[in-house]
Amino acid sequence: MTRSDIFARAALLRQRFEIAGGQVVETPMLQPAATLLDLYGEDIRARAYVTSDALRGEQMLRPDFTVPVVQQHMADGAEPARYTYAGEVFRRQEHDPDRSNEYVQVGYEVFDRTDAAEADAEVFALFQLQLRGLPLRAATGDIGILMAAVDGLSTTAMRKSALRRHIWRPRRFRALLDRFAGRVDVPESRKALLAGEVDTSAPVIGKRRRAEVEARIAALKADAVVAPIADHELNALETLMAVRETLPFALEHMRDIAVDLPSILPALERLQARVAALRARGIDVDSLDFEAAYGRTSMEYYDGFVFGFYADRRPDLPPVATGGRYDALTRQLGQGGEIPAVGGVIRPDLILALEAEENV
Amino acid sequence: MTLKLGVPSKGRLMEKTFVWFAKRGLQLSRTGSEREYAGAVEGIDGIELLLLSAGEIPRELASGNIHLGVTGTDLVQEKLARWEQEVEDVAEMGFGFADLILAVPNCWVDVETLEDLDAVAAAFRAEHGHRLRVATKYHRLVREFLTDAGVADYQLVDSQGATEGTVKNETAEMVADITTTGETLRANHLKILGDGLVLKSQATLWRSRVAAYSPEEKSTLRKLRDKLAA
Repeated sequence: MTRSDIFARAALLRQRFEIAGGQVVETPMLQPAATLLDLYGEDIRARAYVTSDALRGEQMLRPDFTVPVVQQHMADGAEPARYTYAGEVFRRQEHDPDRSNEYVQVGYEVFDRTDAAEADAEVFALFQLQLRGLPLRAATGDIGILMAAVDGLSTTAMRKSALRRHIWRPRRFRALLDRFAGRVDVPESRKALLAGEVDTSAPVIGKRRRAEVEARIAALKADAVVAPIADHELNALETLMAVRETLPFALEHMRDIAVDLPSILPALERLQARVAALRARGIDVDSLDFEAAYGRTSMEYYDGFVFGFYADRRPDLPPVATGGRYDALTRQLGQGGEIPAVGGVIRPDLILALEAEENV
Repeated sequence: MTLKLGVPSKGRLMEKTFVWFAKRGLQLSRTGSEREYAGAVEGIDGIELLLLSAGEIPRELASGNIHLGVTGTDLVQEKLARWEQEVEDVAEMGFGFADLILAVPNCWVDVETLEDLDAVAAAFRAEHGHRLRVATKYHRLVREFLTDAGVADYQLVDSQGATEGTVKNETAEMVADITTTGETLRANHLKILGDGLVLKSQATLWRSRVAAYSPEEKSTLRKLRDKLAA
């Protein structure tokens, strides 16, 4: 497989996405680092190449297309819009020499307010069609259900926003949950602080002012008397995070969980509508896997439907295609605007690699 | 061919390295003037001494330019992403102890743990409109440590020296730096986070797993290992 094979396949895929309604867009390879850092935090530096010049400051070699495509759409896009693109993305690899640091992605993105379930199904079905015949397993999930579960906990806004902030960092999320459930001891340092047994005579240095320190102490004191999150809600949340079944069973299971976490019902309605839309497009929903926790570790801007296609016989390969819904990202990059959006990317190099294996 | 040994070219680290090898029957010395970065080894034939900057030794080991090298664990782990595959630690040398730690101002009486730090980082960003700045020269180690701990809303700012002063100067809100006694931190009104130990470092003799070894070099290496083990 040569680079020109990969680019030829990429061109073919993009052409099919054009036929599906995508308008071709191009984005610069160098992206302002500040935007990506604000979105992803410092972690992005481990995944993207950073370069700089005296004039424009830090720039990143495009680690994905989604961010610049959303920016372009939010700046001057017509509605509704469908976009497609093909090109290289760059990912810094510090641990695994077998992972590519430069590869081609072909994408399809839908910005449409009319029917979210229909748009989700359109994108998923389009990707599945491109991968027909390959030995791939589709995984799906829905971050929106998890977010709704957190929002519906009977606890303070402060605790809920702390949990929301860490949905994409499962370990910190778990630690916070244990803390708010009263399952772990309060550290000695915190006890001393709450009892007022701290020395406040140190000189104030740095940009964080005394008022900010005092505000947090007040918030911690208020939090110390808040009741722990109730067991039934906690159990329901933990059961929810462990749901991993085919879609119809998962949906049934989550309806049971909703007895204790009724806040997830609207999200389940959306999932139900998505299932219907997928079925209408001929997708075999009954054998489609659904994992409630899918996408929590790797797909941080997705906030609804998420999906990925995996080569089970080649666990060494990254997913051949991934995608999902990212309504909140359009809000963050929209400078006041927002629009529901869903899309995905596919890797022609991996398709070719799998096809080559099939033909042996 | 000779086995190439790289050691730090100046200061206490060089002197202590020389003493360490001398105790094990190997006399290392500079040849020529104080300014010349070449040396000699007596005690085993076939070892060539190279005096290098401690900061360059990890890369020289990883590229196979030297077979053996003396430098800190901190520098090896910061500079080599896959250090376990690139170098082997032959001996911990028992000096050059230093801890890479996270430190915040003493006046942050509400911050003692990484959990506190994470909560404060979120509030700080909301209040000041930028992420909480951590001054350091150990970007990779600190980033991996904070990612692993699930701390968000921080940013690393580069500081190659006088790192402890950055907080007072308001170019950073906290620091991640090497400390031995904590003296400099105290003098700058900073305190170490209880669970903020990123790495314990000491001077270590490393062997390159990447360098080529001729039969003679292998036999020299064996002799050296025997001597060090004795």
